[in-house]
Amino acid sequence: MQSGLERATGEKMVLNFGPQHPATHGTLRIVLELDGESILKATPHAGYLHTGFEKLGEHLDYNQYIVVTDRMNYLSPLSNNFGYVLAVEQLLGIEVPKRCQYIRILMAELSRVADHLLWLGTAALDLGAFSVFLYSFREREKLYSIFEKTTGARLTTSYTRVGGVLRDLYQGCEEDVRQFISNFPKALKETHTLLTRNRIWMDRTKGVGPISGEDAINYGLTGPCLRATGVAHDLRKAEPYSSYDEVTFDVPVGTNGDAYDRYLVRMEEMIQSCDIIAQVLDNMPDGPVNSENNKIMLPHKEDAYGHIEGLIHHFKVIMDGHGVEVPKGDHYCATESPNGELGFYIVSDGSGTGYRIRIRPPSFLNFQALPHMLEGGMVSDTVAVLGSLNVIAGELDR
Amino acid sequence: MNEEKEVEEQSKPLVLEKLEAAHADALLAQDEVRGTTVVVVRKERAYAVLEYLKTDPELAYIYLVDVTAVDNSRMESELMQFDYARFMVVYQLYSYQGQCRVRVKVPVHENDLSISSATGLWRAANWLERETYDMFGIHFEGHPDLRRILMPDDFEGHPLRKDYPLRGRGERERFNFDKQNV
Repeated sequence: MQSGLERATGEKMVLNFGPQHPATHGTLRIVLELDGESILKATPHAGYLHTGFEKLGEHLDYNQYIVVTDRMNYLSPLSNNFGYVLAVEQLLGIEVPKRCQYIRILMAELSRVADHLLWLGTAALDLGAFSVFLYSFREREKLYSIFEKTTGARLTTSYTRVGGVLRDLYQGCEEDVRQFISNFPKALKETHTLLTRNRIWMDRTKGVGPISGEDAINYGLTGPCLRATGVAHDLRKAEPYSSYDEVTFDVPVGTNGDAYDRYLVRMEEMIQSCDIIAQVLDNMPDGPVNSENNKIMLPHKEDAYGHIEGLIHHFKVIMDGHGVEVPKGDHYCATESPNGELGFYIVSDGSGTGYRIRIRPPSFLNFQALPHMLEGGMVSDTVAVLGSLNVIAGELDR
Repeated sequence: MNEEKEVEEQSKPLVLEKLEAAHADALLAQDEVRGTTVVVVRKERAYAVLEYLKTDPELAYIYLVDVTAVDNSRMESELMQFDYARFMVVYQLYSYQGQCRVRVKVPVHENDLSISSATGLWRAANWLERETYDMFGIHFEGHPDLRRILMPDDFEGHPLRKDYPLRGRGERERFNFDKQNV
């Protein structure tokens, strides 16, 4: 088969892809320089959804900022909540009770499955496979019901707190989750039969948008996009945070680093997440959920209403200029979010508000490598490659 | 006393040991906080140190995690520590080989905002440095394409500086799309 560039005729055309293209899932733009249907040059543009999240971090106190983290990768807010409070807790030097750690891992893994499911549905939809979208949203809906019952919200969960979580799991949560993970592998198999050996799907994704492991590291790719190149790096294994060292799971890797491998890696990650969830449910410890440190956590409502100490603690945590006081210093904490390394670099001046909160978003660096994957390919591959990267605009621009 | 010193030196991470041997004159401060090695490096030598960290086969910090800056103008203690340099450019590096992190901080004075670009070492640095330029106005010398990335091209000011108000300066009537270079 001739490559795109071999068919070049020498006439150039500039095509504006986005910011309102249906395949951009949000607002981003790629300027494509084309010769016929082959891409000579691709220039991605970001910033359409810039919301100033980092600036807000310097004006909101540590607990208020959790609400902002929901809106970064809005497809897996629970992972963002987790990553952020972990950074603050490490800066504080506290460790939350075991049960809380397990609940957070449970929620983070469920949201990884939900994120990958949405990615699967929309990436397939972009390439014309409509029914996959329906299958994956059917499963995703079950997860969102669990999220809604646990956190009270479907999308903007704000579930974690510095030193704990909003509340314990609801009664019957374990049965709901167990039912989900027992049905899910079968449901995912249906998708495998629809796509994995599908001639059209393979033609559209195999060998499309490839990147080598060396280049991927040079570009700072993380998550499934890095693992698809064969680099078996997962922060849950490399620097096990929270209680990830107590669960066993495999890190799936690809070989070619193309769109098809990214698809396969994500599919297998969902199965691995279910495995983690089952282990977490089996070993879920009893005991307190939240840290008992009243300088950090809000006291129980009965205490706040019934005892003067409780009331004082309540005010101290809530009042402007008090809040959770984080010792002076800086800290970088990275977690493995569904898209890759989500890092929070927090600089504290010792007050209740962050001095500087820097978010290291996986999408920003993954999107940067797009020209490398596109150039020399065909214009229709743009949709396939962009879909396989799963760029989330909220996280890209923050 | 001597014994204690010896123990201390043994527990020193490899990266600090090697940096002290190869770039002792570039180091302004060093620390080990929560499992991460932190080094503060003289601006003129920053590129050399980053290159050393990346290319040394024993260290191999081949993954540039993040580049950002901190405006220390409201934090007196930090200002005093490094000769009243207003900005601190922060590089986070990760080594797949050693599975460890190092944080390189470079003080930058307000009257000379230029610093060598790391784009020659990592392609990841391209957008990260553009964002740092956009938000703080740090000028990365040798960057191939130093434009704003998140804010519009004709935006004035650098929003993450501490003297930039949270609610911005005035409202924008319209975006001038014709002038933007694509």
